Amino acid sequence: MTTQVENTKLATTGEKKNLFKAFFNFDVKTYTMILALVSIWLIFSIATNGDFLTSRNLSNLFRQMSITGILSIGMVFIIITGHIDLSAGSLMGLLGGIVAILNVWFKLDGIVAIGITLIVGLGIGLCNGWLVAYKKIPAFIVTLGGLLVFRGILVGMTKGTTVASLGPEIRFLGNAYLIDGIGIVLGLLAVCALIYNSFNGRKLRIQYGLSITPLSIEVVKIIFAAVLIGLVVTVLNSYQGFPVPVLIIVILAVIFSYILTKTVFGRRVYAIGGNGEAAKLCGINVPKMTLIIFAMHGLLVAIAGILLTSRLNAASVAAGQNAEMDAIAACVIGGASLAGGVGSVGGAIVGALVMSSLDNGMSMLNIETFWQYIVKGAILVIAVWFDIATKNKK
Amino acid sequence: MDEFILEMKGIVKEFSGVKALNDVSFKVRVGQIHALCGENGAGKSTLMKVLSGVYPHGTYQGEIVFNQKNLIIRNISDAEQVGIAIIHQELALFTELPVYENIFMGNELHSKGFVNIPAMLAKTQELLKEMKLDVSPYTLIKHLGTGQQQLVEIAKALSKNAQMLILDEPTASLSEGEVEILMNILAELKAKGVTCIYISHKLDEVFRLADTVTVIRDGKSIGTEQIKDLTKDDIVKMMVGREIADLYPKEVHVTDQEVLAVKNYTVYDTNESNKEIVHNVSFSLKRGEVLGFSGLVGAGRTELVSAIYGFHSGKRSGEVYLNGQKITINNPNDALQQGIAMVPEDRKRHGIIESMSVKENMTLANIDHYRVRLDGIDDCKELDDANQYMAKLKIKTPGLDTFIKNLSGGNQQKVVLAKFLLRTLKVLILDEPTRGIDVGAKYEIYNLINRLAAEGIGIIMISSDLPEILGMADRIIVMNAGQVNGEFINKNIDQEQIMHCAVGRVAQ
Repeated sequence: MTTQVENTKLATTGEKKNLFKAFFNFDVKTYTMILALVSIWLIFSIATNGDFLTSRNLSNLFRQMSITGILSIGMVFIIITGHIDLSAGSLMGLLGGIVAILNVWFKLDGIVAIGITLIVGLGIGLCNGWLVAYKKIPAFIVTLGGLLVFRGILVGMTKGTTVASLGPEIRFLGNAYLIDGIGIVLGLLAVCALIYNSFNGRKLRIQYGLSITPLSIEVVKIIFAAVLIGLVVTVLNSYQGFPVPVLIIVILAVIFSYILTKTVFGRRVYAIGGNGEAAKLCGINVPKMTLIIFAMHGLLVAIAGILLTSRLNAASVAAGQNAEMDAIAACVIGGASLAGGVGSVGGAIVGALVMSSLDNGMSMLNIETFWQYIVKGAILVIAVWFDIATKNKK
Repeated sequence: MDEFILEMKGIVKEFSGVKALNDVSFKVRVGQIHALCGENGAGKSTLMKVLSGVYPHGTYQGEIVFNQKNLIIRNISDAEQVGIAIIHQELALFTELPVYENIFMGNELHSKGFVNIPAMLAKTQELLKEMKLDVSPYTLIKHLGTGQQQLVEIAKALSKNAQMLILDEPTASLSEGEVEILMNILAELKAKGVTCIYISHKLDEVFRLADTVTVIRDGKSIGTEQIKDLTKDDIVKMMVGREIADLYPKEVHVTDQEVLAVKNYTVYDTNESNKEIVHNVSFSLKRGEVLGFSGLVGAGRTELVSAIYGFHSGKRSGEVYLNGQKITINNPNDALQQGIAMVPEDRKRHGIIESMSVKENMTLANIDHYRVRLDGIDDCKELDDANQYMAKLKIKTPGLDTFIKNLSGGNQQKVVLAKFLLRTLKVLILDEPTRGIDVGAKYEIYNLINRLAAEGIGIIMISSDLPEILGMADRIIVMNAGQVNGEFINKNIDQEQIMHCAVGRVAQ
């Protein structure tokens, strides 16, 4: 018991020395990423004489990133387990097509169409997962096949035409704004949750006699987060209100971030990606986990597909083309390793925000499309280069 | 004869603040076979990596004089250029390529810009003859036995006109016949004037081959002596720095209650489903007993316990009884649920998850027990347990959030042990539990084995280290070619009896 007390003491004195370090306690990677995002925004703001930072544009930017963001959330789980999904873009297009066809051609109620699409997404995810987990076909091959198959089905189904004019329920998801009050209430709820979470955690740690971060730092952290939340809500409200797709991605990000960092399931995801053999020896059912992760990803792709169709108010044969590349890039910019075992939902979302900011900013500046491709590609490579360089220095 | 071909002076090599080599001096005379002995982790391999250019000049302090010239070795090909070739413990051959391409890999003979295959074939044939290796140059490496592969490695080194050959544990995975061949080849090379540094744990070989021996302990050179002035005990004493009696703090806790019984167990190869690796093995284990499994590499011990634990992917048959009840284990999870755990042989491949922290590694096999609502993890309880086991097992780590890859091998092994000790166990299988860890950590692991046995856990310990198995086991089962070849109560038996049994002679 004495050793434990000593440990605690050591920890507290150590932390006092590093107040600054404790405040910036999160991953250095996340930190550099946010820095990169801020500098990209700064450059665009200067280049557009401040137009980039108007609430109208930021609101649009968040709406645009929500689709890539949702794909990245699923993708980051796949990447952490050491797999890859090349079919996400095609599958998103296909599922967006299915919801449109059900709603427009078959005149199905919007909610029913959405329900069926979600189930189809889950089913296709299960199918991919089964091939990878139980049939031991590399995910690269399974999803490379999927990339072609899903796009083919979409073209065949729509006969190459655009399926347009969806029902109001579906249009609502991708285009509507919530009235100001709701945004404010949501913001307040989030701050309350943060406070509760932080103080509950402290209470438990004291109960177990474990070291805790000083109260002042905890308070500063919460205030910092609250200001950030307030800022986002204010910006969105000063345009038209809280966009529904942004609300959806915020909810999904919270749920999946919780799953990845706080649950037994999440711990096992990292274990499988870090060393599948060792994970198996610890009694983890690796194939079952892989199957569940692919199914979950299928569901998220379905949500992204529905949002895409909703936002465009149409399903086209080219919908979602190359979206998987954006999602993979977002995960990697966000610190995920393609070797598996490393990555985070928060990182993937910041990565998605980087990719969307580049799209948005360059479009505003009327930069030609070919330049947009070149810049995005270069940023991806530079981000990873930077990451590897800083890792080696340590 | 008396001049030194190699002098290494005052070598210091640090790894992130830890001195792996601390002022080591090492001199080798021309044309001798010079043995380098020391415990695992003593610094032998590090020293040889400095010499062969794996660690380039500038990453260590000290100087190397070779053939009276000061050597600056920046990479492996620099070392090869001056005639120093190393044959690592893990062979570095391309299994899908033929012998002749392996021999000239990176060093291809060519004329007018094209690879000169006939010349390479001719030279290979010559080398193979010298090695008394009766295979065609076209044979793929994967079709050769380990011993033959070793000889190909030596041939490869000789093709580069090596003056000095470094062999790192060359006989670790060889059969007795293969060892014999290797010994003869080395003797012949010596006659031709090739100097040889021979790293080995096997003192018999050292006494048979070497002219001189240098012992390294804890990164320091302890002494260099003529082999004829030494006895085995002298070398062992120099290696461990204390009497061997201290090394194994054996306590007896064996009871007569049977906890595990394995009957007629047969295990088949993963790839060839009708090839038996383990044939009809039966044994029983009592509460509090330490049951040692001895045998040569490839005798089927690891496959047997892996199969019992549900980790073997090939076919298997036989029955397992736990406390008298028949149980079925299809995967490691089944085994863990029954209270059977296994600490695997290959720590890096099967034991640790490098991308995770010490704490996360430690609690992974037991993570179910921290589950709270919404599948959440009870962080505090988890941290509390991890803290306790860190203290209990004396795990030296900067913190529980440190990545496990930053720990030393011994501490990693303790984490792997803690992982399974967090569960309530009936049977613990330890596959080479002290491989590659230092003497201090070994001692702590032995004490831990005692403590667990005292709690009534039945322990199966596979070990290729004969003194260890004689020092720690209550009973020893010796396997040979997939079968039980003998069983000994660990009383008044010696290494030789076990060895004879392990190489196939039937025990009395």
